[in-house]
Amino acid sequence: MTDKLTRKPFILRNPSILVVLAVLSVFTLAVTLLSQAYGSGVIPTSTVKVLGKTLCLALAAVAMDLVWGYLGILSLGQMAFFALGGYLIGQWLMYARTEAIVAASLAGNPIPPTPAELQEGVANQIFGVVGSADLPLVWAFAHSLPIQLALVLAVPGLLALAFGWLAFRSRVNGVYLSILTQAMTLALALWLFQNDNGFRGNNGLSGLQNIPGLDEVDQATLSVWFLWASALALGLAYVLAAWVVSGKFGSVVRAIRDDETRVRFLGYPVEGFKLVVFTLAAIITAIAGALYYPQAGIINPAELMPIASIYLAVWVAIGGRGRLYGAIVGAVVVSLLSSWFTGGRAPSIHLPGYTVNWVDWWQVALGLSFVLVTLFAPKGIAGIVDRLGGILSPRRHGRDLGPDQGALQEQEARA
Amino acid sequence: MSALLEVDGISVSFDGFRAINNLSFSIGDAELRAVIGPNGAGKTTFMDIVTGKTRPDSGDVKWGTPPKSLLRLNEARIAREGVGRKFQRPTVFEDQSVADNLTMALKADRSPFAVLGWRPSRASATRVADLASEVGLADHLPRKAGELSHGQKQWLEIGMLLAQEPRLLLVDEPAAGMTLAEREQTTALLVRLARTRAVIVVEHDMDFVRRLNCKVTVLHQGSVLAEGSLDHVTRNPDVIDVYLGR
Repeated sequence: MTDKLTRKPFILRNPSILVVLAVLSVFTLAVTLLSQAYGSGVIPTSTVKVLGKTLCLALAAVAMDLVWGYLGILSLGQMAFFALGGYLIGQWLMYARTEAIVAASLAGNPIPPTPAELQEGVANQIFGVVGSADLPLVWAFAHSLPIQLALVLAVPGLLALAFGWLAFRSRVNGVYLSILTQAMTLALALWLFQNDNGFRGNNGLSGLQNIPGLDEVDQATLSVWFLWASALALGLAYVLAAWVVSGKFGSVVRAIRDDETRVRFLGYPVEGFKLVVFTLAAIITAIAGALYYPQAGIINPAELMPIASIYLAVWVAIGGRGRLYGAIVGAVVVSLLSSWFTGGRAPSIHLPGYTVNWVDWWQVALGLSFVLVTLFAPKGIAGIVDRLGGILSPRRHGRDLGPDQGALQEQEARA
Repeated sequence: MSALLEVDGISVSFDGFRAINNLSFSIGDAELRAVIGPNGAGKTTFMDIVTGKTRPDSGDVKWGTPPKSLLRLNEARIAREGVGRKFQRPTVFEDQSVADNLTMALKADRSPFAVLGWRPSRASATRVADLASEVGLADHLPRKAGELSHGQKQWLEIGMLLAQEPRLLLVDEPAAGMTLAEREQTTALLVRLARTRAVIVVEHDMDFVRRLNCKVTVLHQGSVLAEGSLDHVTRNPDVIDVYLGR
């Protein structure tokens, strides 16, 4: 009798995990074998970096899908966590590298520099650009990689926890919550734009592609290492996210998305569930950011303007909400297409009397496709996979036909 | 008989309109009670207050022995105390299977991390299967709840309520949208449930109330107009005036 309910192993219940891990492994191996550092050199280092960064964006998209596709919160502040992760790892990268440079330049002095002199030199180098020579308090741990790595997890996690606690407790929902998340990321961006807060204002942090202690390793090799790290993080996060949304926890989370009030009457502390998912997603996003910015080389406050988070939402919508692989597909396809179209290499379309220049028109095309997907294919690209797999949800519109007509509803009955 | 739920002189107004006016009500551990009243009598607001959805302006709601106030608890805490609510429109999670709906409702630790670590066991699977056959959905476990008929959804929701193992059941118009046979089944189920727990049925339909054969509370303009057996209240001139006479 209970045979129908006995469960297959976790992996078999989620075949997308195997597919994603396989594709990710093949992709990573292929790029490695075609890279300049480890293979034939067909793929230039700059492209390896673009691909590595794309994996980080896909990681952020998986987290966005947890928050939006499964929990139902359209968060327009996810990239705040992404950038925070970047800033926090950037602090160590910049400090440690500047320290090595300052130490080398002071090494010629007859008297070896004291730690205080060394720190003063570092502060001068880093903050001269914003007219300061003191090391701000927020850089207190910048000398230590383990502490900054811990902060990459802790700071965005605590920010999400505090923000979520305040917002969810007052039962802010729907579009109001989206606006609130957007306000949070905008406030953080505006704060970072200031020169006197210790994050170098609109200059941001730079030179992040140089990893302290790995001076003899060239960028070609580093880019492949970061690609591996990004692929590993994406693979692990995918398995973790798939595990979280499977089983009863996932059931409750999707139920909260569909009818929060009903879940409360079942006795589940809805706010607690939202906090767990929102915080987990913030931490995953921060890890993505911490892997992204060493590949990008530079971070500044413009990175966390709300538009970045809106792009993330667009990727997830186009890829397919509520399907974790959809988020990856959307992020990879749309962000790569974006950089191709806006990179000036896409051929312009010559119409009589007007030339469509993709650098200008890509935004329009993307916006239009977002609207079209939302209207006509709410499941995005992942909807195609569903259709191939025969998973079709019935069209359930209109009133039901009453108790005698069984499950049919007006629209179905007519179809 | 000690009371399981005691509502003591509650009042609530919405924008100056007194939805509930000094209402007192009590129900014992194993009792079936029908609450009737014309539209706007405050039946739904009364249930909202007991389940924590609405806070009264004054008065108290006491629960269990020793009595403790439900007013400081939120909806989820009240549900965990053992108050189950069945809505008028069937509200099940349409995007999930019947089995998932029932599993979610099973009595278990509700905290997020406990739920994250929860794994189905033979016992839980058996319980889900038993519940499903009790409400006539044994053959529909893997189906999405959204595919069920209106009546089946009502039954699924009742199954979910049973899975919660509440001590008090609040049922809002259970007969709505059910066929005659289903109504009889529902009556029998409610009467049987009331042997082991308190059941409050809010109903419009007099025939259905008559079949329940229980004590009746008549609400009018937010307070109790009459209480007693159905025959007793239907002879009450006030009741005839405001409700039955029309």
